Amino acid sequence: MHLRKKLVLVGNGMAGLRMLEHLLKLAPEQYEITIFGAEPYPNYNRIMLSSVLAGGAGLDEIVLNDTDWYKEHNITLHMGHTVTRIDSVRQKVVSNQGVEAEYDELVLATGSNPFMLPLPGADKEGVIAFRNIQDCEMMIETSKAYKKAVVIGGGLLGLEAARGLLNLGMDVSVVHINPYLMERQLDETASRMLQKELESQGMKFLLSRQSEAIIGKKRVKSLLFAGGERIDADLVVMAVGIKPNVELAQTAGIKVNRGIVVNDYMETNIPGIYALGECAEHRGIAYGLVAPLYEQGAVLAKRLAGVQTEGYSGSVTSTKLKVSGVDVFSAGAFAEQEGTRVLKYQDEVDGVYKKLVIQDNKLVGAVLFGDTNDGAELFSVIKNGETIEGREKELLLGIPQEALASGSGNSRLEGLAADEIICGCNGVSKGTIVQAIQEQDCTSVGQIKACTKASASCGGCKPLVEGLLQIYAGEAAVPVKEGICGCTPLSRDEIVAEIKRMRLMTVKEVMNVLEWGTEEGCTKCRPALNYYLGMLWPDEYVDEKESRITNERFHANIQKDGTFSVVPRIYGGVTSPTELKKIAEVAEQFEVPLVKFTGGQRLDLLGIKKENLPKIWEALGMPSGHAYGKTLRTVKTCVGNTFCRFGTQDSIAMGIRLEKEFERLNTPSKVKLAVSGCPRNCAEATIKDFGVVAIDGGWELHIGGNGGVHVRATDLLCVVKTEDEVVEWAAAFLQYYRENANWNERTSTWVERVGLASIKKALESKEERLALQSRIQATLSKTTDPWKQIIREQELRKNFEPLTKVETNH
Amino acid sequence: METKKMLVGALADIDPKGSRTIRVNDMEIALFRLSNGKIVAMENKCPHKGGVLSEGMVCGTAVHCPLHDWRIDLNSGAVLDPDSGCVTTFPIEVDQDKGLIYLTLQSA
Ligand SMILES: Cc1cc2nc3c(=O)[nH]c(=O)nc-3n(C[C@H](O)[C@H](O)[C@H](O)COP(=O)(O)OP(=O)(O)OC[C@H]3O[C@@H](n4cnc5c(N)ncnc54)[C@H](O)[C@@H]3O)c2cc1C
Ligand code: FES
Repeated sequence: MHLRKKLVLVGNGMAGLRMLEHLLKLAPEQYEITIFGAEPYPNYNRIMLSSVLAGGAGLDEIVLNDTDWYKEHNITLHMGHTVTRIDSVRQKVVSNQGVEAEYDELVLATGSNPFMLPLPGADKEGVIAFRNIQDCEMMIETSKAYKKAVVIGGGLLGLEAARGLLNLGMDVSVVHINPYLMERQLDETASRMLQKELESQGMKFLLSRQSEAIIGKKRVKSLLFAGGERIDADLVVMAVGIKPNVELAQTAGIKVNRGIVVNDYMETNIPGIYALGECAEHRGIAYGLVAPLYEQGAVLAKRLAGVQTEGYSGSVTSTKLKVSGVDVFSAGAFAEQEGTRVLKYQDEVDGVYKKLVIQDNKLVGAVLFGDTNDGAELFSVIKNGETIEGREKELLLGIPQEALASGSGNSRLEGLAADEIICGCNGVSKGTIVQAIQEQDCTSVGQIKACTKASASCGGCKPLVEGLLQIYAGEAAVPVKEGICGCTPLSRDEIVAEIKRMRLMTVKEVMNVLEWGTEEGCTKCRPALNYYLGMLWPDEYVDEKESRITNERFHANIQKDGTFSVVPRIYGGVTSPTELKKIAEVAEQFEVPLVKFTGGQRLDLLGIKKENLPKIWEALGMPSGHAYGKTLRTVKTCVGNTFCRFGTQDSIAMGIRLEKEFERLNTPSKVKLAVSGCPRNCAEATIKDFGVVAIDGGWELHIGGNGGVHVRATDLLCVVKTEDEVVEWAAAFLQYYRENANWNERTSTWVERVGLASIKKALESKEERLALQSRIQATLSKTTDPWKQIIREQELRKNFEPLTKVETNH
Repeated sequence: METKKMLVGALADIDPKGSRTIRVNDMEIALFRLSNGKIVAMENKCPHKGGVLSEGMVCGTAVHCPLHDWRIDLNSGAVLDPDSGCVTTFPIEVDQDKGLIYLTLQSA
């Protein structure tokens, strides 16, 4: 037996173990390995602590190397041992429990310590950091007994801690010394957008505050700021930064600056002693993220295995905030400086912001908010340092997926070295992924994720994994086809065609026959299928109320406080004193908190408890206004020639006729109509789904308008002479929309998608219009007023009432 | 610790893939009936922004919150990926012969 060299690793964390895994692959027999780790756990994924805190993962799920792994590799592990002394002359280390180990090569991977603000009172109970499992457990425990949490620090770590504490049911305030959050990763615009989103999730912020003291007896009671302001706190989490853990190295006489100083081969100034990870400082930088330490690990592993390596030349880093519902990405030098050019895109409607920083025609930094799909791609462009001249706008506005699959994107991926890290969170290299594709026959991103953990944490690298799949699996790659939802790869048209062809009759049957990926679908496909089936089989299909969205199931609009609103039908916006009195009486009788006119010319009774809905409907004795569903909402009218001196036609009568004709109709999305009595268009008919404008001797018919989020003026469909023709065209248009649009697609989007010309063509022949009209009439003849039905049928009505309990004490 | 077992209703009170609610002390509890007949109970409040879960859609073994479509596992109360969190669940016993549903609550 030849004598193996002795390798000692201090720090049983992500950097050290990553390096060892690499080394064991390169030179499995070369070393006898001993590890000291201060924490009483095997190596775990520290980044996932945020998920543990937020309730998304269990502690057992985040272990990276379990104790069996150490045994399998004959590694001696001293768990719970802190190394207190290095004797670099005799080449040995000593732990706080008196265990000694000799070394030929010593690797320091001691990570960093959270920086605790030296405030008076910082030693009180309830003041902690967020760094390890113990901190995490402490926060979970605290949340059970206490309510108010204050996180000091509005950076990545602080915000992730705050999100976790919110999930644990605590009332959370984040205190930040700067005027805006995450200033090390974001510019002010992105930061404000982030703040707004987090506020809507329930997080509170105290910005530009300097913490001064922690007040309380044994346990913290409040936090005091400079200037005298105070905030109550049962728990204070300090997340203001980290400092490399260099104490041990320092006492051993190793050269230390901010971190342990290393060269490009991770060597310290003392031969045989190396450092990597957060404790190390390379070319003046001590990193605080995992991606660089994987790169360092690869270099050190090669060095220790005696394999040729170019050395480590520093990392460009990128970050992604791991808070659900918030997409933030930042990479490289994102600040605008002299000599840089900046491209920005800002969309306050969809909450999207993108910024690229360019220097010498190269991308040097990027900030994305709201839509971070391009993050991985931009990051790879930054790292490559390639010229982007002429492509700037394409990069800003998003790289077309094709670019990834072919041409530049792919050749870049092909050109990457095998040890280049693709998934920063889990440190998965290109080589590992390619191996999973070629040797373990992975043919989808899902399988690669299961095999290698690539894209399992933040998901930012998914486009790159997809790209690799394209290159290395080729034909075998399961194409990522976009279905109507995640449950099926089929499109709306394919589904509708199959339902027709095979005469599928229920939602369940469709899912079985068309091989749905989920047992009972989701909130996207279930209501869609319910709609398509009802549209295709008006006679046979029995509507499935369990597949209706909430508002349609309760025939009322659910409000954000869980109460509902009631809007009775008022045809054409014309009411009578009797009807008004009735509504007023009911509002008083049920103490309705708010009565309001709607934009559709009717009355809205708001703030009604669910159990009162059937009672109110009964008392009103009016038909449902369907103000809650994907159906005909209102027909807005102006006064017309009955009273108005400009009026050219009777718009009121026309409106009432249309409303009576089409009320209760199920449509792909909500449908609003309006009739204006003259081209002054007081009923705003040109922003409705179907708008009618009276002109001298006839009517103009307009379609595809929308006055909502995406305002769109209508397109003129045609001009007709008589009221009967208006109804005929309206019927034909609505039925054609019902038969061809996607569920949940407004006419405005649909008209834009299929084009006005195709609709005009479809409705061109009188014969075709009459056929459409007779189909819509067949459907309409089957509808009944839902409110009356619920009032009548106890089986439906019961769902509005709470259950009552009978105690049977045991 | 005191356990309270109470009769809360009959199987026929809850439609398949449907839900009913009950108030106990200060809490509203939602009872769901899965397609396979199983009855489960949990606090009627989404951990995201307090959405009323009983008004959500039951899909397989999960309910989708009506407000922002978070998915909650009906068996464990855990919020499903990609979101995270959990909802308190309560043990249910069903007397199959009589078709009655019992809910057990523990109070300190
Ligand atoms: C909550 C949280 C979320 C994070 N999220 C991200 C993220 O999304 N993306 C990202 O890139 N990074 C993230 N990070 C940072 C990332 O976890 C660290 O960069 C990484 O863990 C550093 O690895 P390391 O091995 O250098 O240090 P560590 O993982 O800290 O390992 C060092 C180990 O050495 C032990 N040790 C120290 N001194 C001694 C001694 N004298 N003797 C024995 N043992 C000792 C320590 O107890 C520790 O276990 C996050 C960190 C936290 C806390
Ligand atoms: S409140 Fe339930 S998903 Fe937002």
